[in-house]
Amino acid sequence: MTPTPTAPPVEAGRAAGVPRSPARRRRRRIGRFTPRDIAVIGLLLGLPLLLDLGLIWGPALASIGLSFTSWDGLGEIRPVGLDNYVNIVSNYPPFWPAVWHNLLWLAFLGLVATPFGLFLAVLLDREMRFTRFYQTAFYLPVVLSLAVVGFLAQLIFSRDYGVANAILGRTDNPVDWLGDPSINLWSVLLLVGWRHVGYVMLLYLAGLKAVDPVLKEAAAIDGANEAQTFFRVVFPTLRPVNVIVLVITVIEALRAFDVVYAINRGRNGLELLSVLVTDNIVGEASRIGYGSAIAVILLLISTGFIAVYLVQVFRREDEA
Amino acid sequence: MTVERGTAAERGTAVGRRNRRPVSPWRVVVRIFLWAMALGWLVPLLLPLYASLRPYAETAAEGYFSLPKTLNFDYYVQAWQGGNLPRHFLNTLLVAVPAVLLTLFFASFVAFLISRRRLPGGRLLLILFTAGNLLPQQVVLTPLYLMYTKLPLPWWMSWPSELVYDSYWGIIAIHVAFQTGFCVFVLSNYMDTIPRELIEAATVDGAGVWRQYWRVVLPLVRPALGALGTLEFAWIYNDFLWAVVLMSTGDKLPVTSALNNLRSVYFTDYNLLAAGSILVALPTLIVFFVLQRQFVAGLTLGANKG
Repeated sequence: MTPTPTAPPVEAGRAAGVPRSPARRRRRRIGRFTPRDIAVIGLLLGLPLLLDLGLIWGPALASIGLSFTSWDGLGEIRPVGLDNYVNIVSNYPPFWPAVWHNLLWLAFLGLVATPFGLFLAVLLDREMRFTRFYQTAFYLPVVLSLAVVGFLAQLIFSRDYGVANAILGRTDNPVDWLGDPSINLWSVLLLVGWRHVGYVMLLYLAGLKAVDPVLKEAAAIDGANEAQTFFRVVFPTLRPVNVIVLVITVIEALRAFDVVYAINRGRNGLELLSVLVTDNIVGEASRIGYGSAIAVILLLISTGFIAVYLVQVFRREDEA
Repeated sequence: MTVERGTAAERGTAVGRRNRRPVSPWRVVVRIFLWAMALGWLVPLLLPLYASLRPYAETAAEGYFSLPKTLNFDYYVQAWQGGNLPRHFLNTLLVAVPAVLLTLFFASFVAFLISRRRLPGGRLLLILFTAGNLLPQQVVLTPLYLMYTKLPLPWWMSWPSELVYDSYWGIIAIHVAFQTGFCVFVLSNYMDTIPRELIEAATVDGAGVWRQYWRVVLPLVRPALGALGTLEFAWIYNDFLWAVVLMSTGDKLPVTSALNNLRSVYFTDYNLLAAGSILVALPTLIVFFVLQRQFVAGLTLGANKG
């Protein structure tokens, strides 16, 4: 995928001015650093590395450690083995609903919003007129804060004055879209999907534009129809985009927090794992070990997908 | 510069072929579908906009789809003043601007070392940064919270807590830590297109690592920095979680978290909330419309390896 960059002016200048052999010697010397270089690197690599290790990797490992303890943040840290995990799985009422909601979130984004985004991208890739307008409309929600989306949700889905009930003519027998725990998750997913579709559309559109038109022409000459061309020829070349879209979808589904927190702090049908973590550490209860154990469960689920992503990305790097 | 031709930033948005075909019935269907979808997509934004211009009593009595009797900006004034929005906008800027600049600075330097100077262990660093960016924030939340509530800062840096907790420094630091991962990844891919000979030439001229970075590499990655900067600004601006968990003083909260102020316990005026939401969304919308190319390029830069 990566075009080998060519730089004729530089190359030519060098070839003309400098003979070949010193160039090769230079190449060996280039790996060396002067003391001043090392100081600069130490500072400018050291700082971000320190932040990354100190604020992300350190705490992530600490979360794992704390998940095997019982601690209220003040008193003694007592190791309790797997007690937190056993407790969470067997008698923490919001846990299984939260897992279920996260899974539904993932399924909805992955099986409904993502294919729809791809579908729109395919349509837009062939449409020339007004394409700018369509694109803008679809990915406008991507720039919005999820918290703002949460607040917009209240306006649209409000029971008494909401737009949704007005459109559906349910003003006499209003549906409580956000208050009714059996449907509020779907109302939220609709809005989250609204935002996700635009993002996916954008990524696929960029991927489609990069597909070599010669491929499509060759397929057409061989007598493939449009659907065959897409599924057999174009879609396989989109593999890198697919992996990234997959990972973004999973990560979004696992990280989901802002929308539900803005709506009702993630209660009453909108429980999510991320909300439970936050509740356990920031709330009055301050059950650090407990909250950490939930966070570790979240970590375990995401690790697999992060690994898939890294393998894909770095394998491409090796090919390049 | 030759290097800039055909870079990821440009290819991402380039609209290529332009061929006119006769309009078939199928195409008409597609067009109608796209128009309907696009308009439907705008409804959740346009309706709050319309509602925010009308008094609550009116929309409550006649519904959101009625024709307006009164249209004014009263709610915007009310949200601006009542929600103390200027203060919260300032808070957001105090966090977002330094965070974006620091992130881009660190990330571009690290990416330069990994991509163009073949730093030993560079691959491992890249994995470390990239994977760190993908971790769910909640995984680091607990220890981070504890750490922040224990680490002291002098009073002139963090008042009144004198801790990293409840200070802008803490929020900026965690943003930089998280976002550097993404930017290192994107920028190191981008820098792979810079010919190594350019840097070798600079080395021969006696330029140290800093000069190679500042004088040679940085000017070449400016398009990517513009794209990433736009995207990062929107992301950091939109953040909600860190401020909610790592801040406690209401007056210091960034603007996204301050929207809750517009909602009272007993009664929520949705039109006021709509006005507030639109005000909060406005800066990102402006950035989006003014720097649309950069924004789109930034989003696709990460995904479509250049």
